[in-house]
Amino acid sequence: MATPTLDKADAAGAPEPGFADSPYITVTFRIRRFNPEVSAESVWEDFQLQIDPKERVLDALHKIKWDQDGTLTFRRSCAHGICGSDAMRINGKNRLACKTLIKDLNPAKPITVEAIKGLTVMKDLVVDMDPFFQAYRDVMPFLITKDTNEPTRERLQSAEDRERFDDTTKCILCAACTSSCPVFWNDGQYFGPAAIVNAHRFIFDSRDEAGEQRLEILNDKDGVWRCRTTFNCTDACPRGIEVTKAIQEVKRALITRRI
Amino acid sequence: MKIHKYDTVIVGAGGAGMRAAIEATKRSRTAVLTKLYPTRSHTGAAQGGMAAALANVEEDNWEWHTFDTVKGGDYLVDQDAAEILAKEAIDSVLDLEKMGLPFNRTPDGTIDQRRFGGHSRNHGEAPVRRSCYAADRTGHMILQTLYQNCVKEGVEFFNEFYVLDQLITEVDGVKHSAGVVAYELATGEIHVFQAKAVIYASGGTGKFFKVTSNAHTLTGDGQAAVYRRGLPLEDMEFFQFHPTGIWRMGILLTEGARGEGGILRNKDGERFMEKYAPVMKDLASRDVVSRSIYTEIREGRGCGPEGDHVYLDLTHLPPEQLDAKLPDITEFARTYLGIEPYTDPIPIQPTAHYAMGGIPTNVEGEVLSDNTTVVPGLYAAGEVACVSVHGANRLGTNSLLDINVFGRRAGIAAAEYSAKAGYVELPENPAEQVVNQVERLRNSTGTERVAAIRLELQECMDANVMVFRTEQTIKTAVEKIAELRERYKNVSVQDKGKRFNTDLLEAIELGNLLDLAEVMAVSALARKESRGGHYREDYPNRDDVNFMRHTMAYREVGEDGTESIRLDYKPVVQTRYQPMERKY
Ligand SMILES: Cc1cc2nc3c(=O)[nH]c(=O)nc-3n(C[C@H](O)[C@H](O)[C@H](O)COP(=O)(O)OP(=O)(O)OC[C@H]3O[C@@H](n4cnc5c(N)ncnc54)[C@H](O)[C@@H]3O)c2cc1C
Ligand code: SF4
Ligand code: FES
Repeated sequence: MATPTLDKADAAGAPEPGFADSPYITVTFRIRRFNPEVSAESVWEDFQLQIDPKERVLDALHKIKWDQDGTLTFRRSCAHGICGSDAMRINGKNRLACKTLIKDLNPAKPITVEAIKGLTVMKDLVVDMDPFFQAYRDVMPFLITKDTNEPTRERLQSAEDRERFDDTTKCILCAACTSSCPVFWNDGQYFGPAAIVNAHRFIFDSRDEAGEQRLEILNDKDGVWRCRTTFNCTDACPRGIEVTKAIQEVKRALITRRI
Repeated sequence: MKIHKYDTVIVGAGGAGMRAAIEATKRSRTAVLTKLYPTRSHTGAAQGGMAAALANVEEDNWEWHTFDTVKGGDYLVDQDAAEILAKEAIDSVLDLEKMGLPFNRTPDGTIDQRRFGGHSRNHGEAPVRRSCYAADRTGHMILQTLYQNCVKEGVEFFNEFYVLDQLITEVDGVKHSAGVVAYELATGEIHVFQAKAVIYASGGTGKFFKVTSNAHTLTGDGQAAVYRRGLPLEDMEFFQFHPTGIWRMGILLTEGARGEGGILRNKDGERFMEKYAPVMKDLASRDVVSRSIYTEIREGRGCGPEGDHVYLDLTHLPPEQLDAKLPDITEFARTYLGIEPYTDPIPIQPTAHYAMGGIPTNVEGEVLSDNTTVVPGLYAAGEVACVSVHGANRLGTNSLLDINVFGRRAGIAAAEYSAKAGYVELPENPAEQVVNQVERLRNSTGTERVAAIRLELQECMDANVMVFRTEQTIKTAVEKIAELRERYKNVSVQDKGKRFNTDLLEAIELGNLLDLAEVMAVSALARKESRGGHYREDYPNRDDVNFMRHTMAYREVGEDGTESIRLDYKPVVQTRYQPMERKY
């Protein structure tokens, strides 16, 4: 396997115009391929390419797909960490490919990329997201109010009350947390951190009046008590959400029955 | 092939599609087809805010908002539509709040508001605080809130279904919408959806530019589908170039950064916008700011070794303010540029951002087949549509507003239509065109590669039809696009499979981009004036006598099968405001 070397790509290496001053390096990507139309087994495949280390892993995947192997399959859309399409396991850790720069990965060694764990792989880096979204739907992720008369203007909320659940409103449903959780790997029935984060977002919203119901849902055998506080989820979250803390807050609310 | 039957089918699950779906699902049997999981839609990338004259923090009213919208659009706005937009803005923000959207709050607990480009008090006197926001992730919160409410309403989604064709049936000589044809990504299966009403809410088409704030998936599929069926596209030459994209990458840094006090500076540290827009300065409308930036760059006052960008300076703002109001964009600077915005200015350049043009509709969201005739059963809303509330240049925060106001209107209108209308018959072999297209690409042994053609297209568009245009550059683009369209016929894909074949879909998306790029360039060539986002250096002035009218572009196919574009024009609806010179 080639060791990456620092070199200025020549014309054949085709650095993009305007980027001619950037130091291109040669990097090996080792990608776990799987296509049931071809084989029932997954295989690791190596791709070598020249790339500016300041580029994203997503850029590298695109380069591979566009220049070397069009069958390489992954999801992506926004390319800047907002849409949640491209969570994958990069060097053994869950990250968004579009938010991970190559230079931050020790490109001197092959960079491994594989699908996130715990959800069925459909092809290459694409997993079946339906169970993930089902767990999300199960926590009733929408504002529930009991007032019979809709207010004519907005409901009031103090800046402090708004701040209370700010962190968990950032979730982009990328599944990086849930698919990094050892409990979820062993038991797909567990709601998983993302669903709990989204329940938290409503439980602690001063306008919402169904906190009790949601807490009961999470009190279930597959609910928050399965969490063993391994912090994998917090480490994985590309939005910097304190996932474990949110789960702890839900647990505490269940014990004290106070929100 | 599978056939489905619904009252209402919605194409797209971004802000416009889901706002429509919430209304349509309550009133009719509705299916939402979306090529992305709903929460992946690009509405989620919107940062700055949503305009509404709530007057929560200072005096404001919908008439001022209407005026700003008309002026911002350089008088190409249909004024009746702009008035609806500004009036219904207030309820549409309040509706979102009631659905649960966590807006930032004032000390009184009401929805907080901030300044945004082009929004002013009393017809241009001074900037006004009209943008309702949730930090710098307003679009994210809108998308999440709408999805949450779709879950609540039990909206039926077909995720990762790509709509590739619009079905039209003529009844008594009038074109009616009969349904759509979709490709299921997971299996490669083709689905025909027969529907009484179809709403396009499939978003923009920014990916024909290279430096763009748009997602990889914004490839104008909806515009292309109806255009190929002989329906017109309106004002496609008008594209917005947002002043502050991250240098070379195009990732957007919201105008809210300037709303919070951020300043644009050239290499001498000069606040150059004072020269170009003495009153609104950095908050002049986007076309004005983008041109000013390029003027600085061209005149040698750009930053960096190649002098090809300017700076967005936030260093004088307190870190707490940046953390509270602009957390996401400051993180983009850290992640992608390795720059600390507390202490260092951020290199930026204009980035291709928003399609003002699109599928022509009236204010009910009904699609037009010419200047006045409605296509029964066909609707469009959001960035894919042209109502036209944005005219030649959209004001910041008016699009999140547009998708809510007109998404809702289209959802209601379509569902009411399908409640009383019958199904029109499907054309014979409804899936034929899609099947042929897919099979041709899958079996092609051609030597052209999708990625190569797409890159050439993007570079051509950046070089020739961006912020500054001339007869010469546009002609260059027209020729290049024609060449690329020829080469596209010889394109092949490597993935021949059925399962998750994104290789194939990228090829189809490229075909859409090529068609739309051609429409844009041909429309731009004919518009011999400068207005809003369309700036012709050879015709630097606005020409109301000859060009205060909308462009309508039609695809024509000759008897020998040759394709061409026919341009026609449509009058602008003028109610309150006479065109004036636009100064900021
Ligand atoms: C970075 C950025 C920041 C912005 N900030 C602001 C702001 O602060 N304020 C503001 O007012 N505006 C802003 N805008 C503009 C605004 O966000 C968009 O114009 C608006 O969100 C578009 O919404 P939409 O529903 O029309 O389309 P989108 O949200 O793009 O949704 C398109 C939908 O169509 C689906 N689709 C597309 N093609 C197909 C197909 N072939 N078949 C099936 N489904 C399909 C997609 O899956 C998706 O669900 C911003 C835009 C960008 C890019
Ligand atoms: S909590 Fe973080 S990691 Fe988990 S789904 Fe949300 S954004 Fe992704
Ligand atoms: S592509 Fe959108 S989060 Fe990575």
